Amino acid sequence: MMQTPDPQLLFDLKVAEEQRIEPKDWMPEPYRRTLIRQISQHAHSEIVGMLPEGNWITRAPSLRRKAVLLAKVQDEAGHGLYLYSAAETLGVSREQMIADLHSGKAKYSSIFNYPTLSWADMGAIGWLVDGAAIMNQVPLCRTSYGPYARAMVRICKEESFHQRQGYEIMMTLAKGSQEQKAMAQDALNRWWWPVLMMFGPKDDESPNTAQSMQWKIKRFSNDELRQKFVDATVPQAEYLDLTIPDPDLKWNEARGHYDFGAINWEEFWEVVKGNGPCNRQRLEARQKAHAEGEWVREAAMAYAKKRVMSYEL
Amino acid sequence: MFDTKTYSSEVNQALCDYLLRLADSSLILGHRLSEWCGHGPILEQDIAMSNLALDLIGQARNWYQLAAQQAGLGQTEDDLAYLRDAPQYRNVLLVEQPNGDFGQTVMRQFLFDAYHYYLLQKLGQSADENIAAIAQKSLKEVTYHLKWSSEWVIRLGDGTEESQRRIQTALNNLWEFTGELSKPDQTDEILHAAGLVPDLRKIQADWQNRVLSVLTEATLQIPTRTWMQKGGKEGIHTEHLGYILAEMQFLQRAYPDCEW
Amino acid sequence: MEWPLWEVFIRSKQGLDHKHVGSLHAVDAQMAMENARDVYTRRREGVSIWVVESKYIHASNPDEQESFFDPADDKAYRHPTFYEVPDSITHI
Repeated sequence: MMQTPDPQLLFDLKVAEEQRIEPKDWMPEPYRRTLIRQISQHAHSEIVGMLPEGNWITRAPSLRRKAVLLAKVQDEAGHGLYLYSAAETLGVSREQMIADLHSGKAKYSSIFNYPTLSWADMGAIGWLVDGAAIMNQVPLCRTSYGPYARAMVRICKEESFHQRQGYEIMMTLAKGSQEQKAMAQDALNRWWWPVLMMFGPKDDESPNTAQSMQWKIKRFSNDELRQKFVDATVPQAEYLDLTIPDPDLKWNEARGHYDFGAINWEEFWEVVKGNGPCNRQRLEARQKAHAEGEWVREAAMAYAKKRVMSYEL
Repeated sequence: MFDTKTYSSEVNQALCDYLLRLADSSLILGHRLSEWCGHGPILEQDIAMSNLALDLIGQARNWYQLAAQQAGLGQTEDDLAYLRDAPQYRNVLLVEQPNGDFGQTVMRQFLFDAYHYYLLQKLGQSADENIAAIAQKSLKEVTYHLKWSSEWVIRLGDGTEESQRRIQTALNNLWEFTGELSKPDQTDEILHAAGLVPDLRKIQADWQNRVLSVLTEATLQIPTRTWMQKGGKEGIHTEHLGYILAEMQFLQRAYPDCEW
Repeated sequence: MEWPLWEVFIRSKQGLDHKHVGSLHAVDAQMAMENARDVYTRRREGVSIWVVESKYIHASNPDEQESFFDPADDKAYRHPTFYEVPDSITHI
């Protein structure tokens, strides 16, 4: 007599044994909901993230930089697409996810609510924002949900040039004229703290972390990743001869890590709530693109239907 | 880089001018398309348009590098792209027209692609090996561009009432910029006589056949207007180019002589 | 109405199988093919593409995992290592 195994037990066992969960497998409803929230949020971040850098494609200072920046922002569109696809395997449509973004129900990374004010911001974003994103994303290549993990493998592979091109811009500016160096320092000043906030709230204020780690959706806590990022980035800033805008930043021999100053969490929560410098513009730009594309999407669909009909006649 | 040939000063001057026409048209159209990045009607097409833009920017770089070397003045691709003002730009007027809605972008692309495709096909047989090599490489890219834009013209023309109205309007607005594409001037004549570039009149016939067949399939009305705008190839542009360059060249102009 | 979903399979080089790489939206097969080219082969990842509208993919049911796949576990005689052949015998 075969006994139907308890699906929850089977699920827990698979996760514990580092097997991947696949779309048609049984999964607890909260796991599915958490994944949809996280993956769609991640997808939205890629898409909204195209806007601040997209600002500078038409102003890139050389043809080489122009091509690189365009290819990079295009990659972000691709990454958004891979992630929407991964979320779609969980039974939610891209249309629904986009509607949730546009209504303000779904969130995206707060970092993209900061403005890009100079060319050096293209360097700082590549170096710091992509650097922070990579810290987050590399462990996600082993996340427990198969389609998400596979999308992340592809994304990480493609992203490897993003951080390097950013650092290259910073190096060129840091070695350049006084004005260029000042531009680079100014970008570092403005991006440093928002980038540290990208890792999310402190561990003791991050309600979803424990469950996500248990499900192996997440592998490291926010604070662990933040520390890892600071440790990796300080020597890179030193090489550029730029100053990280934190008087409390110093090497702690006992911990084997850099200590750093307090993050302004009030600012973080305000930006999350929609009060960042560019929240409104970013969302409006997405809403506008989608609304103005409506007739195009409809026409293509109408044409395809006519074609099918004419084949059938 | 290039193993350039030596020509008479008359031919060389015409050649440099011609190479700038090719480079400028590709750059300006690529620039226009890049304005779409992040704002496309659907993610898949946002990505497709960036691919077109990247191809065109890549082509522009090749032509600029060849132009710089052929001119022998020690200029770089960026000197040519960033330090010439509108009257020195040689792109055709069609490519500097604003993106408008997606229909206008698609129509502009199609009208240019159809010309670009036949032009590159012939340039691929140029007696100048450098021109032939760049043209052959570019032709692979532009073959796909023409497929992409033809399909979209047909989809929008034969899609919904709204899409047909929009793409027809785009066609009506852009038609007057198609005359200069294949109207030869002195530069074309000199280089054609030297066996370096094709006879534009032959391209005109191919262009017309292709354009008419796609527009017909798209159920669109061919504009009857015959008065055409011209001037791009001599540096007399529409008002739009000045704004494009103001934006594109701003950093190089504001911070001269810097590495970026 | 949302464009239909398509699954994309790419042959990365001649001689290899097509492999599932992801999905995308398109109105018809032709557009799906071109979108796949633009989205999934930007770095020369492929020499051939298949697209299949997702609704035509039928997947095995994970609930039948055991009856579907476990019975193959104890058929070791289907594998060459099941058979004893002396070391001195070659080309077999």
